[in-house]
Amino acid sequence: MAAKKSKQFDPLETLEAIQEKFEMVQILDEEGNIVNEDLDPKLSDEQLEELMNRMVYTRILDQRSISLNRQGRLGFYAPTAGQEASQLASHFALEKEDYILPGYRDVPQLIWHGWPLHQAFLFSRGHFMGNQMAEDLNVLPPQIIIGAQYIQAAGVALGLQKRKKEAVAVTYTGDGGSSQGDFYEGINFAGAFNSPAIFIVQNNQFAISTPRELQTAAKTIAQKAVAAGIPGILVDGMDPLAVYAVTKDARDRAVKGGGPTLIETLCYRYGPHTMAGDDPTRYRTSDTDSEWEKKDPLVRFRVYLEKKGIWNEEKENAVIEKAKEEIKAAIKKADGTPKQKVTDLLGIMYEEVPFNVQEQIDIYKEKESK
Amino acid sequence: MAQLTMIQAITDALATEMRNDENVLVFGEDVGVNGGVFRATEGLQKEFGEDRVFDTPLAESGIGGLAIGLSLQGFRPVPEIQFFGFLYEVMDSVNGQMARMRFRSGGSLNAPITIRSPFGGGVHTPEMHADSLELLVTSQPGLKVVIPSSPYDAKGLLISAIRDNDPVIFLEHMKLYRSFREEVPEEEYTIPLGKAAVKREGTDITLIAYGAMVQESMKAAEQLEKDGYSAEVIDLRTVQPLDIETIVASVEKTGRAVMVQEAQKQAGIAANVVAEIMDRAILSLEAPVLRVTAPDTVFPFSQAEEVWLPNAKDIIETAKKVLTF
Repeated sequence: MAAKKSKQFDPLETLEAIQEKFEMVQILDEEGNIVNEDLDPKLSDEQLEELMNRMVYTRILDQRSISLNRQGRLGFYAPTAGQEASQLASHFALEKEDYILPGYRDVPQLIWHGWPLHQAFLFSRGHFMGNQMAEDLNVLPPQIIIGAQYIQAAGVALGLQKRKKEAVAVTYTGDGGSSQGDFYEGINFAGAFNSPAIFIVQNNQFAISTPRELQTAAKTIAQKAVAAGIPGILVDGMDPLAVYAVTKDARDRAVKGGGPTLIETLCYRYGPHTMAGDDPTRYRTSDTDSEWEKKDPLVRFRVYLEKKGIWNEEKENAVIEKAKEEIKAAIKKADGTPKQKVTDLLGIMYEEVPFNVQEQIDIYKEKESK
Repeated sequence: MAQLTMIQAITDALATEMRNDENVLVFGEDVGVNGGVFRATEGLQKEFGEDRVFDTPLAESGIGGLAIGLSLQGFRPVPEIQFFGFLYEVMDSVNGQMARMRFRSGGSLNAPITIRSPFGGGVHTPEMHADSLELLVTSQPGLKVVIPSSPYDAKGLLISAIRDNDPVIFLEHMKLYRSFREEVPEEEYTIPLGKAAVKREGTDITLIAYGAMVQESMKAAEQLEKDGYSAEVIDLRTVQPLDIETIVASVEKTGRAVMVQEAQKQAGIAANVVAEIMDRAILSLEAPVLRVTAPDTVFPFSQAEEVWLPNAKDIIETAKKVLTF
């Protein structure tokens, strides 16, 4: 019997075909020109101005936070400069009802969602009052365990779905975080339950010193969505309009019952990983730095808005002054917060105080009264 | 009143709380239409629907995250981890996350989650099913850990656990699931968490135990009685926090104590109980407090369970050492 001829199976062709599908979405190029008119989210002038306000404010917040950290007036701080479009334009597409599960670098999104600045500073210093969230503020404190926010987001999204709320759970991680098991489990659970979640990967090229290429052989992180059977989008993370447009699209789909989306934002952090002794000159070149500085989200958005006649130096300086003043006031407010006592910490452990904790409250109360 | 096994009492408690509170959700691997690998959730999906009793993908870590996220939306999740040996997969969600939710949010958020999970030796399970890993959760501030030893306790304690507004780990010993029946009231009742039970009163020695070791201690006490010793048996019921008052009162009365656990000597909670007795009742002691435990090896290959697991004989032997010290 002659062997039946079958079509040759070509896994490399399959891989290439999949990877080619993940082209980068861009709307605004480096010179501030609209290069994809069809996708332009057509924000109103007021919205465009507000988004620029937030981006400039956040750049100043980053500069001031680094400086305050160096003076010892802030503690843990993960720089954000370069990621303003990724962080703030994605947040700009959200509503107040949406629930944010941030990573440790995602303090700006929480602030624009309503977290008071002085509390963000208390978080940085390590004070429990920083993390006391107002009842109507739909956020968790920044997550330190990389990946944990992803599985929790799947749970929040399922909760919103069960409550029949028109809202989404939004969570952020970095390129390194996409290697974690919880990253995969999170997107896969949300997919299996068809829950309203938006998973954002801010690919800023480095996980501390480890380059993105060392995390995975996958050409994009967006394509990891395929493993969960959910849509994945690669977007220019230095382009505020593109980040806004894809986040808005993911949100619209999610609240209509269309399930979760994974968004990879290609961006760059200009500063170190954190202010705890990381020195980026050990692992990246100034050439790469300046190449990415040309892509700065503020530069291209500023040019775009100036051409539209809705932005100028005067407006920018006004935002800078406002930011500086508010930061000063917030630091002062943080300074005025009472010091933490062990009895405070024991008191926030449980609703019903167990025997061992009560015994220790009594012991520390005595110590603190001396 | 009805004669129920422990597993039936657990199902009864789950159904009771699901009827009482629409925020109670039951989920895990095969807990829905299948009714659980031990039938603990049998009939629940039929009564309460797929919205409240549902299966999940096979990923313990994801289940932990799901529970945390759902609790942030005001639900009262009762997830199941199929066997507690699989805890390692979800350790961060349990110890790193839900245990700390109230604390890390400065008291502004909480995680009213009850994790149910079977464990325990004596039924020849495969690897990583029967391990006693309670130490891994009792050592984490923010958790309460409950281990019932009877149908009556299981129902009352599980209802309390579900109603608690902080995370509770509820460990169900597989050997006790169907080993005996007991009168369990049909109506709802609660047993406070953190309260031990004196299962048998005695005057010469205190045997402190939990889980399957409670029955072994009761058997040992009967034999000791025949040998002329009166043993008091305490069932801890909650292993974190401990019921210090009940333990100390008994030791002050008897002057002698043995701490019994199924876990290895370097694991479990026995060392903690001994330390508490040292701290609080040393002047009442006629002899050192000794421990009955498993040997410090990995949980045994199933055919070796009989020679490895502690039993009534070991308890009698150790109790006599203490009695004749």
